[in-house]
Amino acid sequence: MAEKGSRARAMAGGTDILVQLRGGRFKIDRLVDIKGVPEMNQLSCSTAEGLTLGAAVPCYRIYEDQTIQKMYPGLVDAAFIIGGIQIQGRASVGGNLCNASPSGDTIPALIALGAICVIEGPKGRRTLPVEDFCVAPGKNAMEDGELLVALQFPPPAPRSGAHYLRFIPRNEMDIAVAGSGVSVVLDEDRQHIKSARISLAAVGPTPIFAREAGDLLAGKEANEESFEAAAEAAKAAARPITDMRGTIKQRVHLSGVLTKRALRKAVARAKEA
Amino acid sequence: MSEKIHVRTQINGSDVDFLCENRQSLLEVLRDVLDMTGTKEGCNDGNCGACTVIVDGTLIDSCLMLGVEAQGKSITTIEGVASPDGLHPIQQAFLENAALQCGICTPGFIVAAKALLEREPDADEGRIRHWLAGNLCRCTGYDKIVRAVLDAGQTMRGN
Ligand SMILES: Cc1cc2nc3c(=O)[nH]c(=O)nc-3n(C[C@H](O)[C@H](O)[C@H](O)COP(=O)(O)OP(=O)(O)OC[C@H]3O[C@@H](n4cnc5c(N)ncnc54)[C@H](O)[C@@H]3O)c2cc1C
Ligand code: FES
Ligand code: FES
Repeated sequence: MAEKGSRARAMAGGTDILVQLRGGRFKIDRLVDIKGVPEMNQLSCSTAEGLTLGAAVPCYRIYEDQTIQKMYPGLVDAAFIIGGIQIQGRASVGGNLCNASPSGDTIPALIALGAICVIEGPKGRRTLPVEDFCVAPGKNAMEDGELLVALQFPPPAPRSGAHYLRFIPRNEMDIAVAGSGVSVVLDEDRQHIKSARISLAAVGPTPIFAREAGDLLAGKEANEESFEAAAEAAKAAARPITDMRGTIKQRVHLSGVLTKRALRKAVARAKEA
Repeated sequence: MSEKIHVRTQINGSDVDFLCENRQSLLEVLRDVLDMTGTKEGCNDGNCGACTVIVDGTLIDSCLMLGVEAQGKSITTIEGVASPDGLHPIQQAFLENAALQCGICTPGFIVAAKALLEREPDADEGRIRHWLAGNLCRCTGYDKIVRAVLDAGQTMRGN
């Protein structure tokens, strides 16, 4: 791949890149199927080590894994809504992230869960927090010749919960008008929030890490008033455009509504964890 | 680029060898190289499910898989659904429920329904509708298709 530079591209499930190549979006000399690389297909999940998710693992393997269902339901939420069953048979979370679409559904979930990208290239291996990975629409922080090997998720903290949800006009098979992924950790009393992370889809040139919206929840009671404050901060962090899927006004509004709903569900999950 | 690649795979239980270009989709290989035209092309971009096949037990759109990726895999297409003894219960149920009009979407629906009912023969209406969301039909309005799959599930459960 290094030899062909930007004229070579990786393929995991192919559900983005084959469509893009056919549409003539760009031309390449070499397409490298990375699914044969064992490290890119690994899926290992334990309470001690957390989750290592190979970059090419398709969505269905994630949501059918019972340990992941228990430990990372916020990731399962996202993997379960990418396209339909046929797409989920091929589409990977790694591909969703590398494609760096503002509306990539798994990306806010990854950001909320604090995932780390493991990147390998001619100069060696490096890691990058997932919130720094997408830099512009369709552009990620990797250099020519670099590949995403895996995503690493820290073990979920005690009393933590996460949730991702999006708004689409149809029931399934559609691109997000807006989405919100959140994770929360509760105090020992299970009434107060110790920390939270909030991330938004489809309301900016990249998925947005709304750091302030999450930070302001620290120490607050886990109630509607706090969720409302975080939702307002999420709306302030949204920088959407108007396009055929939605207007700026609608998307800002949705960022608030979805964040509030995501927080309710994440807190409910944390109370049971 | 037009150099052909030799691929050995298994389709509907038989070993198959074919030559294809590296850019050809599995759908193109099935239809244009192997003359297996039961698998249909609707959109060629993953939206309609007309090209649905099962690869190593996983349901996929064959328009979004390359032919060369079939190497060493085991593939089920619509041609492998009926048995020598007759139609599969899902095919029978589609006929009895008049679940098709133009028929373009039908092979994809039947292959997708087979993958579901083999795992979950007691799938309910909600589960069936969710599972089939990646298959589009412009003619029937879906209701008859869902009825057919519910009926087929009942037959496959043996009651
Ligand atoms: C019908 C349909 C419905 C869809 N629905 C949704 C949806 O609801 N939500 C959503 O977010 N997306 C959706 N998508 C888009 C797509 O399915 C997802 O983005 C998917 O997760 C991409 O994964 P993939 O493995 O198929 O990626 P690929 O197409 O294989 O790759 C995507 C991009 O990432 C690069 N890449 C892949 N892996 C690596 C790697 N390890 N290292 C470096 N670069 C890499 C490729 O070069 C390419 O540019 C849909 C697509 C279709 C066709
Ligand atoms: S032709 Fe493959 S999904 Fe439509
Ligand atoms: S019967 Fe015509 S598309 Fe379904």
